Amino acid sequence: MMSRPGHEHSRAAGSRITHATPGSHLTYASLLEDNAEDLYENAPCGYLFTLMDGQIVKANRTLLGWLNRSHEEVVGHMRFADLLTVGGKLYHETHFAPLLRLQGEVSGIALDLKAADGTRLPVLVTSTVMTDNDENPVMVRTTVSDARDRRSYETELLRAREEAEHERERFKRLASTLQRTLVPPALTPPPNLDVAAHYHIASRDEVSGDFYDLFPLVAGGGWGLFLGDVCGKGAPAAALTSLARYSLRAAAVYDPDPVTVLNNLNTVLNTARYDEDPRFCTVVFGKLTPEREGFTVTLASGGHPNALLLRAHGTAEYLPTPGGQLIGVLPDPDVATTTVHLTAGDTLLLYTDGLTEAHTSANADDRYGDEALLNFANVLAPGTAAETVAAIAELLDAFGDGLDDDTAVMALGVPSR
Amino acid sequence: MDALRRNHVVVTGQEEGPVIMLANGFGCDRNMWRLVAPVLARDFKVVHFDHVGTGASDPSAWSDERYSSLDGYAEDVLEICRELGLGPVVFVGHSVSSVFGVLVAGWEPELFEKLVLLTPSPRYIDDAGYRGGFSAEDIDELLESLDSNYLGWSASLAPVVMGNPERPELTEELTNSFCRVDPHVARVFARATFLSDNRADLPRVAVPTRVIECAQDVIAPREVGAFVHESIPGSELVTLDAIGHCPQLSAPEITAEAIASFAARDR
Repeated sequence: MMSRPGHEHSRAAGSRITHATPGSHLTYASLLEDNAEDLYENAPCGYLFTLMDGQIVKANRTLLGWLNRSHEEVVGHMRFADLLTVGGKLYHETHFAPLLRLQGEVSGIALDLKAADGTRLPVLVTSTVMTDNDENPVMVRTTVSDARDRRSYETELLRAREEAEHERERFKRLASTLQRTLVPPALTPPPNLDVAAHYHIASRDEVSGDFYDLFPLVAGGGWGLFLGDVCGKGAPAAALTSLARYSLRAAAVYDPDPVTVLNNLNTVLNTARYDEDPRFCTVVFGKLTPEREGFTVTLASGGHPNALLLRAHGTAEYLPTPGGQLIGVLPDPDVATTTVHLTAGDTLLLYTDGLTEAHTSANADDRYGDEALLNFANVLAPGTAAETVAAIAELLDAFGDGLDDDTAVMALGVPSR
Repeated sequence: MDALRRNHVVVTGQEEGPVIMLANGFGCDRNMWRLVAPVLARDFKVVHFDHVGTGASDPSAWSDERYSSLDGYAEDVLEICRELGLGPVVFVGHSVSSVFGVLVAGWEPELFEKLVLLTPSPRYIDDAGYRGGFSAEDIDELLESLDSNYLGWSASLAPVVMGNPERPELTEELTNSFCRVDPHVARVFARATFLSDNRADLPRVAVPTRVIECAQDVIAPREVGAFVHESIPGSELVTLDAIGHCPQLSAPEITAEAIASFAARDR
């Protein structure tokens, strides 16, 4: 029942297709005929009308064809939700139906129709509520369109997204495992010295190479300590950190003199050339020697930020090591040294530049800086190693997103008597 | 944390009236009550809120761990009641929120004067000797539906909208906003809801309880309504002449009446 030739309107439409081959215009005309019934029944989408309780009162031929059901089976006997899979029913009840009531229309919802033989057809459903003269809802008009292609594309997108999330998780785990191995699980301080350390991770997504350690020296007694920061981020930085750590430990066994240790590390970094990456670090290496009263600390610095000393009497000062050069760049870098005596109540603080380079405002140039850190330490002093590290950790947390680099801090304190 | 802000708790209605607290179920937000709340507000003080992860709740309060179990949502209800300090309330829980009511009634019965369970189900999946109406595969299908329908949600818009509950016009511009939930949140909430089993919690309810079911409800069928009624000592069962799982939208007048008549009784 596609056409009703002879209809006035269709003849008018046909007359416009004058370029068609002779004799064919009548066929076009009948196809283009403004036949609402045909348009409804055979539209390229499913149509249905339901009462407010979901009961189907009208359904077009396209929809019935998709469902493989007869008019009698569906109309007057099924509800809209009955056409859906069970999961779809749940979704319909918890989302679709409430939204339709709340908004008067719902558009583009992805659902699956379940045909008589159990096969599923992915569709997109749009419904609008029809109201009477008093704005009371009376019926729902629904169109259903075939969404097989779209759904398979979306499924592909979802799968890709899940895969990406999975990979990201895996990478995060890898990064945090790697990160954990870069800091020692425990520090071994000498008797009568307190030590505390903290590692602030700026990003869970990327390994950054700060490192520290404190350990007894075999040759000549005393204790060795170091804290440093390698260039770069990610896997190359992690590899370099690991190299720096074990080179420092090995060099300290060979000869614990701080300058010699850093020179040895420099030789290692200069010879271990990996093509793609520059390999250098800033590092401070110290040798602790117990005295009758407290400890003597000799620090050698290769381009590392100055250590801070919090005195027992309540002031703080930097221990300048000017002129020290980066380790791993030059064949024979300058290494600056300083020696300090720690007595009861004194605390020595070592840190990486994540702390002083932290952004303090949206302006990229506003950094926390050396002066602010000195003021902070002056207020803090005197403080035990644990108190000092806790205060710095709190400060690092307070920087929030302003802290975009990992930061390591280590404090050594002689307990007050 | 401040529970009233976290769940964006709003109190309307009669200043001196008895307190009714409305809790919506899985799916959409507090707007589920918008045809019923104005009716109740004529005689009662009405407390509305959104579960964390939905509606106007604080998005930063979401925690996978806390909200993977129904206990997390129920603890929120308990904290809201404590912070409000309005005395014992009539708690009305729709769908899965009815379980939150049951849990809180078991933990701290003095917080509730009465309990209204609207289309409740203590377990959705069939079990030996129990018919919840669904199989585990059905629930997987629902999760699929959630995955293919990110209702009006987009990562770029959600924080703006959710962070501006005081600017409702922002929400109005978006379609399907009443059911807007981060798809991840929806998934966690759906799993917690449809995989739970709270049958053993029902007998512990010792506050006066009215169970309201619908004549036809695919999510909470009649036999589940009967099960809940029989499991809660002294409870009463009302069957609404309504179809579907959300009578507060499909039949708001009789739903409001069924809540109000119970809430007002013995005053």
